[in-house]
Amino acid sequence: MNQLSNNSTCSDSTTSIAECRADFPALDQKINDHPLVYLDSAASSQQPSSVIDAVSSYQKHDHANVHRGVHTLSHRATEAYEGARDKIVSFINANSRREVVFTSGTTQAINLVAQSFCRPRMRAGDKIVITHLEHHSNIVPWQLLCEQTGAELTVAPIDEKGQVEILPLLAMLDENVRLLAIAHVSNALGSVLPVKSLISEAHSRGIPVLVDGAQAVPHLAVDVQDLDCDFYAFSGHKMFGPTGIGILYAKEALLEKMPPYQGGGDMILEVSFGGTTFNDLPYKFEAGTPNISGAVGLGAAVDYLQNIGMANVTRHEQETLNYMTSRLADLDDVRMIGTADEKASVQSFMLGDIHPHDLGTILDHQGVAIRTGHHCAMPVMDFFGIPGTARASLAIYNGKSDIDRLVQALQTARTIFG
Amino acid sequence: MNEVQRAQSELIEEFGLFDDWMDRYQFIIDLGRRLPDFPENEKTDANKIRGCQSQVWFLAEMKGDRLHFQAISDAAIVSGLIAVLLRIYSDRKPEDILRSSVDFVVALNFEQHLSPTRSNGLAAMLKAIQTYAAEAVRAA
Repeated sequence: MNQLSNNSTCSDSTTSIAECRADFPALDQKINDHPLVYLDSAASSQQPSSVIDAVSSYQKHDHANVHRGVHTLSHRATEAYEGARDKIVSFINANSRREVVFTSGTTQAINLVAQSFCRPRMRAGDKIVITHLEHHSNIVPWQLLCEQTGAELTVAPIDEKGQVEILPLLAMLDENVRLLAIAHVSNALGSVLPVKSLISEAHSRGIPVLVDGAQAVPHLAVDVQDLDCDFYAFSGHKMFGPTGIGILYAKEALLEKMPPYQGGGDMILEVSFGGTTFNDLPYKFEAGTPNISGAVGLGAAVDYLQNIGMANVTRHEQETLNYMTSRLADLDDVRMIGTADEKASVQSFMLGDIHPHDLGTILDHQGVAIRTGHHCAMPVMDFFGIPGTARASLAIYNGKSDIDRLVQALQTARTIFG
Repeated sequence: MNEVQRAQSELIEEFGLFDDWMDRYQFIIDLGRRLPDFPENEKTDANKIRGCQSQVWFLAEMKGDRLHFQAISDAAIVSGLIAVLLRIYSDRKPEDILRSSVDFVVALNFEQHLSPTRSNGLAAMLKAIQTYAAEAVRAA
């Protein structure tokens, strides 16, 4: 276990993890006269003071452009930015810093792979395989790619519990498949996919795999070498970091072969009108001035998670999730959407025939923030035949008292809708 | 005071009776439940106001010198707010609609529901009402 940073009140025991709440200033406020209960971390998590302070300190003292100047501030900015990259390398156990590319988020990371890795390799008749539970950001980039190349998007089915059906998926992995792109954890349903075994199955057929890890990295220890994934994408703002920063992990051998995604400054070694020599990895994929302060904040978020320890994060969240699921199940008239055997941090549900939008409005009046709607996973909603769900999602700062408030607020909602 | 302003004043008075937020919402929901049925065959994409979270269908027609509106949502609170908009604006003269303030939005504390940043289609519906009124006045 790492040492705790000075500005964290969390410790590694499950009982005091609930005190994490005090690390997050945004949680200390009243909404409509009620103390805020924030159960929307799957959309975006709040930021601890250590992240806010790291970004603020960078802005106040160290800001300049990176990789360019000889002056002191430019050195400091470069060190802060590259230091954040090193933290990510160790956090996900990448082989080297050459494999960790800063992006604006998961969406950009997936688009980068679609356009830079897949597009030059794909012909009409080739296939990309995804699953039915993907977020739109792991659907639409592939649809665009298919339009551009004449390739076909193949979708593996899910069952009533919201689990990917493994055998049909494996049957789809034929010689025409150029990539398998799957979520690690479903954002709408919370299902954890058996990514390690799927990656191994795909590799045995010579198919590379991209994992959308946006909903996994904040909740589970992720080791990209152990998974043996070819690409792993995630976002800073779902793991206590700032918005506008994310990561594409990719195996070095693949990145080496890929052309740049965007052109501009910082990704080049030499430019003349005759041609351009591209910079080394990972800079070849980081055109233009990057989101330096975002990277600094993300680095601080990684420190925060590592100080608590991912095993402790998972244990605490699983306990809270189990409590939430059983409390919700005790309510009459609740339909759980997403009951996979293995789940992380999310429960979607319907309460009677109350429209999720109405439920969200009444809960907000009681200071309880949940997400309502299709969660950018409209195919999932179509599968369950519903317009959307109410979704409560957890982070390290949520405890049982939050769940009690949620249940109380749902009971009030039921009174109102009679 | 024109009919649109008068309808607003009446509603502001009625809502003034509630000091409890739950009663207020129950009243809004009841208003929604009493909305006239929206013809099923008109629940088309063309009549839909695109909102992120709830669906709103909206129809407008001139009946004599008045604009008649029909609307409904699949969400109960949104339907209630639609009922409020219809009580104020439906079967009114277009020029009265254009000449009226939208004081009720603030007076009824509806800013959060009618803000364009709320993706429930209501702000778009209010705008559509005003656009139809402006077109009717121009056509007259």
